[in-house]
Amino acid sequence: MLARRIIPCLDVRDGVVVKGVQFRNHEVMGSIIDLAKRYADEGADELVFYDITASSDGRRVDKSWVAKVAEVINIPFAVAGGIKSVEDAQTILAYGADKISINSPALADPELITRLSDKFGVQCVVVGIDTFYDKEKDDYFVKQYTGDVSRTVTTSWRTLDWVLEVQKRGAGEITLNMMNQDGMRKGYDLEQLKKVREICKVPLIASGGAGTMEHFCEAFDIAGADGALAASVFHKGLIHIPELKDYLKSKGVCIRD
Amino acid sequence: MKICIIDTGSANLNSVNQAIKRLGVNPEISNNLEELSSADKLILPGVGSAVSVMNGVKKYNLRDFILNTKKPLLGICLGMQIQAIDSEEVPLGSTENVEMTLGIVKGHVHKLQTCGLTLPHMGWNTVKHTDHPLFDGIKQDAFFYFDHSFALDIGDFTIGECEYGEKFTAASGHHNFLGVQFHPEKSGAVGTTLLSNFIHNFEESE
Repeated sequence: MLARRIIPCLDVRDGVVVKGVQFRNHEVMGSIIDLAKRYADEGADELVFYDITASSDGRRVDKSWVAKVAEVINIPFAVAGGIKSVEDAQTILAYGADKISINSPALADPELITRLSDKFGVQCVVVGIDTFYDKEKDDYFVKQYTGDVSRTVTTSWRTLDWVLEVQKRGAGEITLNMMNQDGMRKGYDLEQLKKVREICKVPLIASGGAGTMEHFCEAFDIAGADGALAASVFHKGLIHIPELKDYLKSKGVCIRD
Repeated sequence: MKICIIDTGSANLNSVNQAIKRLGVNPEISNNLEELSSADKLILPGVGSAVSVMNGVKKYNLRDFILNTKKPLLGICLGMQIQAIDSEEVPLGSTENVEMTLGIVKGHVHKLQTCGLTLPHMGWNTVKHTDHPLFDGIKQDAFFYFDHSFALDIGDFTIGECEYGEKFTAASGHHNFLGVQFHPEKSGAVGTTLLSNFIHNFEESE
């Protein structure tokens, strides 16, 4: 049986791993290579490296650290942030990343998703969606340029429409970043996750809000996510991956040994 | 020992390269026939689509070399799939129904029939194997990392089987030709064992 995936996310800025609350106030968590190796050794099923400055600054960022990561770890990993073209993606995949994840550039140029999946195969192309619950409109909307608070905008895309659109265009996986919950450690937005799951025919990764081991279990059991992504609970040692995996196994979730 | 990674021009060879290096062997990455002929073992990775890998095989005149080699050869992912007779994976809008591939193993590559499960088949799944030497020291139902939408039928060449909506070939063996649908270079400790088995357990066939 296909195992549910536990995915630590490492937000990278200027060559170190950082983490903020609701995408702000970043604090340094450690070196990329050390954390990557630690998580791989502890049993993480996959890693995501998210260069949070890249998209907002509009500059090309040195990604040679990707090759260093490929040297030391033997599990799959994705790189997100600042990938705006087929050439950007080619560089990162050649360094040894398994997938590239695009977010703001996909909103600016939805055709990019198709160009990437035509060139590298859908299995390489993850679309990250930063989604925000608007209380007044009682609906979910997509945000863009969330790496930089001063540039963040709410797009006209309803989250559910954008989820359908990116699948049509060739997304091989969707990471749903539920911003209201991010960094709060109060649990994933299960209602939203369930709504997206119903219309998402590619693997779906829950992101934003994990605080306890139960939260991971809910994302899998209640909302049907294929993977659960988290950052601070792992970086701060609040949850240890081996214990989390034992816990999930005891709850009957299919987890890799 | 000399190990060559066959470069068909697809992007991601570094992961395989690094995985072999971690086992203490420095592989050569090449599509030069002279270089490849001097290898003790060959690895054929593949990223992209069946057509893109076959285009690389044709471009570098690798077809005859691969078909005639007696050296142990391990195909990974598409590198296994192109050992089949043909593949249903053709570009959108193509007038062909299948792409003809190398025909080393007498099976066909088809789109996974997942019975409603999400595609691609992406993540860690279990493999039942036939105790083939490629799986020495690897227990039944060990988890390997998969990432694909097309799969090779089950046949007498099947030495490892996985199930995702349907059963398909997770590993194949035919004379000196071996193949795995999963990515051993990304499959943690179990994948490392499999690659080590490939390096240590096989010799040139007669």
